[in-house]
Amino acid sequence: MSEPKMTMAQALNTALRDALTADDAVVVFGEDVGALGGVFRVTDGLHRDFGERRCFDTPLAESGIVGMAVGMAMNGMRPVVEMQFDAFAFPAFEQVTSHVAKLANRTRGALRLPMVIRIPYAGGIGGVEHHCDSSEAYYAHTPGLTVVAPATNADAYGLLRAAIESPDPVVFLEPKKHYFAKEEVDVGAGVPPIGRAVVRRPGADATLIAYGPSVPVALAAAEQAATEGRDLGVLDLRSIVPFDDETVAAEVRRSGRAVVVAEAPGFASVASEIAARVSERCFHHLEAPVRRVTGFDVPYPAPKLERHFLPGVDRILDAVDTLHWEDAA
Amino acid sequence: MTADPLAQAITVARALEETGELVEGVPAPDTGALVEGYRRLVLARRLNEQASALVRQGRLAVYPSSRGQEACQVACASVLGDGDWLFPTYRDTAAIAARGVDPVEVLSMLRGDWHCGYDPVVHKVAPQATPLATQLLHAVGVGHAARLRGEDTVVMALCGDGATSEGDFHEACNFAAVFAAPVVFLVQNNKYAISVPLARQSVAPSLAAKAIGYGMPGVRVDGNDLVALDHTLGEAVARARAGQGPTLVEADTYRMESHTNADDATRYRTDDEVAEWVGRDPLRRVQTYLRAAGALDDAREDEIAAVAEEMAAGVRAGLGAEAAVAPEELFAHVYATPTPQLVEQRAGLRTELAFEEA
Ligand SMILES: Cc1ncc(C[n+]2csc(CCOP(=O)(O)OP(=O)(O)O)c2C)c(N)n1
Ligand SMILES: [Mg+2]
Repeated sequence: MSEPKMTMAQALNTALRDALTADDAVVVFGEDVGALGGVFRVTDGLHRDFGERRCFDTPLAESGIVGMAVGMAMNGMRPVVEMQFDAFAFPAFEQVTSHVAKLANRTRGALRLPMVIRIPYAGGIGGVEHHCDSSEAYYAHTPGLTVVAPATNADAYGLLRAAIESPDPVVFLEPKKHYFAKEEVDVGAGVPPIGRAVVRRPGADATLIAYGPSVPVALAAAEQAATEGRDLGVLDLRSIVPFDDETVAAEVRRSGRAVVVAEAPGFASVASEIAARVSERCFHHLEAPVRRVTGFDVPYPAPKLERHFLPGVDRILDAVDTLHWEDAA
Repeated sequence: MTADPLAQAITVARALEETGELVEGVPAPDTGALVEGYRRLVLARRLNEQASALVRQGRLAVYPSSRGQEACQVACASVLGDGDWLFPTYRDTAAIAARGVDPVEVLSMLRGDWHCGYDPVVHKVAPQATPLATQLLHAVGVGHAARLRGEDTVVMALCGDGATSEGDFHEACNFAAVFAAPVVFLVQNNKYAISVPLARQSVAPSLAAKAIGYGMPGVRVDGNDLVALDHTLGEAVARARAGQGPTLVEADTYRMESHTNADDATRYRTDDEVAEWVGRDPLRRVQTYLRAAGALDDAREDEIAAVAEEMAAGVRAGLGAEAAVAPEELFAHVYATPTPQLVEQRAGLRTELAFEEA
């Protein structure tokens, strides 16, 4: 229990270092990832320690970065590219949806793209406009992409290692608000499989389903509920695609109630997909309709309004309160 | 080659006049190699004709013909070595065939079998790109990866005049120049992007002139002149291979047919304009030269025509047959291992198929 404490940025940095050391095909590039070490310092020191061949700055062009990564992956490399912020990944969207996601299928598996697109993700940092978007639904909706969002620093390390080792392209969503919070990280714990959710807190009365930055919020809500006599479980999806229906359904069947928590606007969202999947699979075990607690269907707000937008403990507990408790035996 | 970069990017380099005579001061080409080049031109023309015929017969859904652009198609493939890569577009079927890929495999995509019919790794030919200019960045990546490993691979990246307006064209040129990537960009300026003429794409002095802004050489060449193309592209390939970085080559040519069979070119260009380009035909130019040089006679022409007919017959036979598709393959390649959701969906389709068969 006395593993070193690291921030998520350090855990990700360690994962990149270990991957660069383990496999000569791994290369890291993007905007400001060289001498500066990335605007969030995730690539800190990689250029110094691994050299220009393995970690380098590119011209400022996101489509160019992702498009070049496609070509490098076609030719034997394992590129790990950094998008500077979630909204600044949008210029690369055509490359992502038309090529990154489709090339393996188009070529019947002859050209697989073992590449990772790292994206600082979601809100809660008081960012100015275009610095706090939750873009997971676009990627999750695109067949061919793997979409991962770690919630703990240990998972940030393990899942990034797994993403780099994956034969498929991975969109790796890094919750910005976690970058600088310290937690214990056991880098020797082994690489977790992508596609398995994990129960962060067992709970008999209802299951909160979350991923990325919403996991600690859900845990805080469960903590609070416990003081009020309600036993809420928290499920951390870790990967949105592939989606772990098995674990999710097993948990919800056990508890009979589910609330999905996510920062992104709820309409046509990943949270909606989860609610639908749970309803289809667990209908006869449910005491109440599945609820979603998400961001409002508005553009990401200015910093002073952020706390009203983001799903918080109170809003989660209000939703939990509506889950037909009076009918329960 | 001229020392002034802008002049080189604007002046159309030519080796054979439209009449088939050697341009003054240009060294005579090796006739043996040129006869082989002519053979490839005839094959490319025949392939264009055969594929267009298959569209008319309802065998192919669509065919973007490179008729009139065969010199570009042949030259871009023949200047490459086995270890090099070609990045073609939808219009470059003849170039892919010139690289050695079975045209039946290439065209099977347009029969609707799958989105790419050949193995890109075996042939070092990327899938034909449809989203304009996007493939140019992949070409840069392939070239840069090779350079990082110390390999002397060269990448030939094709696009049209319209595609030069896309953002990815700019990003690819800039990335290639900044990383000194071993890429030759060949823009086949066939004067139209579907219906939109060149003048609406760019008012630059030439498309090759754009290279100057990126800090790489830009060369404009007669795209209907196989000898000039071989020379220009050959030099660009040699530069790239020697580690001297990318070149932007603009080939001045013309799309003799409509954009595809679904297009109606009479709405936006005149018969007179097309007729003018008939006189600049890339095949006849080489043929006239070789005949005058005594390197091509009727017997050799007959041989070449017979090879072309044989190829066309193979294409007809290969594409005339209805190819079976395997519905379950829908799920096979999306991920290295199908997700649980895809496994479930595949099982559902399997049940539907069993029901259909019963
Ligand atoms: C990004 C994108 N936008 C639009 C299209 C539709 N489209 C297909 S071909 C074409 C014209 C392209 O012209 P050009 O680059 O000159 O090539 P050509 O067809 O003349 O060989 C267009 C607009 C496309 N394929 N991709
Ligand atoms: Mg054109």
